[in-house]
Amino acid sequence: MNEKVLMRGSDIIGEASVRAGCRFYAGYPITPQNELPEYLSARMVEVGGTFIQGESEIASINMLIGASAVGSRVMTSSSSPGIALKQEGISYMAGLELPGVIVNMMRGGPGLGNISPSAADYFQSTRGGGNGDYRTPVLAPAGCQELIEMTFLAFDLADNYRNPVMILGDGLMGQVMEPVVFPDFLDLNKLPQKDWALTGCVDREARAIFSMYLGEKGELCQHNLELQEKYDRITAQEQRWETIMTDDADLIVVAYGTAARIAESAIEEVRGQGLAAGLFRPITLWPFPTAPLRELAQKGRKIAVFELCLGQMVEDVILSVGERVEISFHGVPGGVIPTPAEVAEFLNSVAKGDGKVGRRIEV
Amino acid sequence: MSAEPVYKKVFGRPESLKEAATHYCPGCGHSIAHRLVAECLDELGLREKTIGVPPVGCAVLAYNYFNFDMIEAPHGRALAVATGIKRVQPDKFVLSYQGDGDLAAIGTAETIHAANRGEMISAIFINNAIYGMTGGQMAPTTLLGQNATTAPGGRDPELHGWPIDISRMLALCDGVVYVERCTLSSIKQIRKAKKAIKKSFQCQLDRLGFSLVELLSPCPTNWKLSTQDSWDWVSEEMVKVYPVGVIKDTTGYEDKK
Repeated sequence: MNEKVLMRGSDIIGEASVRAGCRFYAGYPITPQNELPEYLSARMVEVGGTFIQGESEIASINMLIGASAVGSRVMTSSSSPGIALKQEGISYMAGLELPGVIVNMMRGGPGLGNISPSAADYFQSTRGGGNGDYRTPVLAPAGCQELIEMTFLAFDLADNYRNPVMILGDGLMGQVMEPVVFPDFLDLNKLPQKDWALTGCVDREARAIFSMYLGEKGELCQHNLELQEKYDRITAQEQRWETIMTDDADLIVVAYGTAARIAESAIEEVRGQGLAAGLFRPITLWPFPTAPLRELAQKGRKIAVFELCLGQMVEDVILSVGERVEISFHGVPGGVIPTPAEVAEFLNSVAKGDGKVGRRIEV
Repeated sequence: MSAEPVYKKVFGRPESLKEAATHYCPGCGHSIAHRLVAECLDELGLREKTIGVPPVGCAVLAYNYFNFDMIEAPHGRALAVATGIKRVQPDKFVLSYQGDGDLAAIGTAETIHAANRGEMISAIFINNAIYGMTGGQMAPTTLLGQNATTAPGGRDPELHGWPIDISRMLALCDGVVYVERCTLSSIKQIRKAKKAIKKSFQCQLDRLGFSLVELLSPCPTNWKLSTQDSWDWVSEEMVKVYPVGVIKDTTGYEDKK
């Protein structure tokens, strides 16, 4: 067992990434995630990897494409507007079927917005801003130890499915310090073999990695169908979520990441006041844990969705639950972090049905 | 009794080229440039350790013609992709092959910064002063007065800006050790171009830094000229704006001779 250390979220992802076998990082400065490239600028050198400060987010994600194509475990990080710039590269990685990890420490938007923690990029992450019929697994940790688990998982998912994977946090998740225990370094020789990688054509045919299919026999259609088959496998096998105190709950609170941490405190508060509330926390935002949430949506229960934006994940909640139960939403945009007491007011308001905080979703 | 004739192969397909017919138009410079690159790789014994990055543009399908490992890059990003490859696999030979739209317009930032970092990469830059694949739009390198589908009546600096000479810009970067411009419009120049390409490859093998060879290349289809007139236009008009010759050379190679 390794010793417990107190570290900041961004540094934790950096350390976890090298232990998970990442040996290539490229990124461009943007607040609030600069501590991660700063950490890796020194750490990558120590572990014999490569750190590049790219001239832009676009260049950085494209450096990942090259490094991934020759077999390395690769990562980049940014924050909301920077992730917007990376979407072209993410679409290409999906089309080229190249693994890689993208960390997004969300900040307030739209446009330049501000640097405070926000969660307004659920659509950007789960729906993608790049072109084409592609999907990106999105992992949303809610604590520092989970940042480590999700970082390891992200590299494994990326390699196993040959697909980009996103770790979605926010400015708070990057700055918060918590005691954590790191697993040992993975043995690079025991990582999945990449028989598709470009290694030079010694004793084999030349190999090309491409996403363009010009053929007139439906080659691009076939490529898309094969990608879809992969996304179906991911959807079936990789959904992750956590439930807290849902067994006896009359009110199911749905929240992820930082919002889930606030919601958990709010749930403790309202339970003290006699309201039986519980938390459903999606850990994978795509694939969204649809069936487990639907199962919780039993008659007599209500659902309260809380987000640090004006309502994005709530659409997946609606798609999961439909008209089975009453859904209410409360969101705080613009990098403002509400207190647990404010969220508790929302939960009490939903329970009473007085409509004072949040809004009822009409399905 | 006559002796058995002894045949000696004096010309053939380089191993670094696949046995495939290209999609390039008649008179296009790409086929010549492909062959020069392939010959140089063969002669230096590099085919099996080469990883190439083609552009988006007319040469987007270069992996169907070159007989070594290649990866597609998004438009303009070839040198960023090549950077990732070379840093992870420094012992591989890494080559980008890009057109003027790719390298000198949408990919300007990636080009300048890869060069300025001194990435150990060889870039082949095909300048035909037009967007070929998309049908003849104005390129960053289009000459003043030259017609393009998006510069009707000819490129006018007040409306469209000036032709860009990115090779000379790159020569200002400390990470760049060798830049030469040749044309693909005469036998003499083609032979010069091959020497330049080989020298660029040697720069990478000797880990000197970034190098680039610009090839002024005819595009009869989109220039709407005959093949011969296209070659003449390169030799007589393009070279006025883009003079051929060594633009930068800090290799010290000549000194050794």
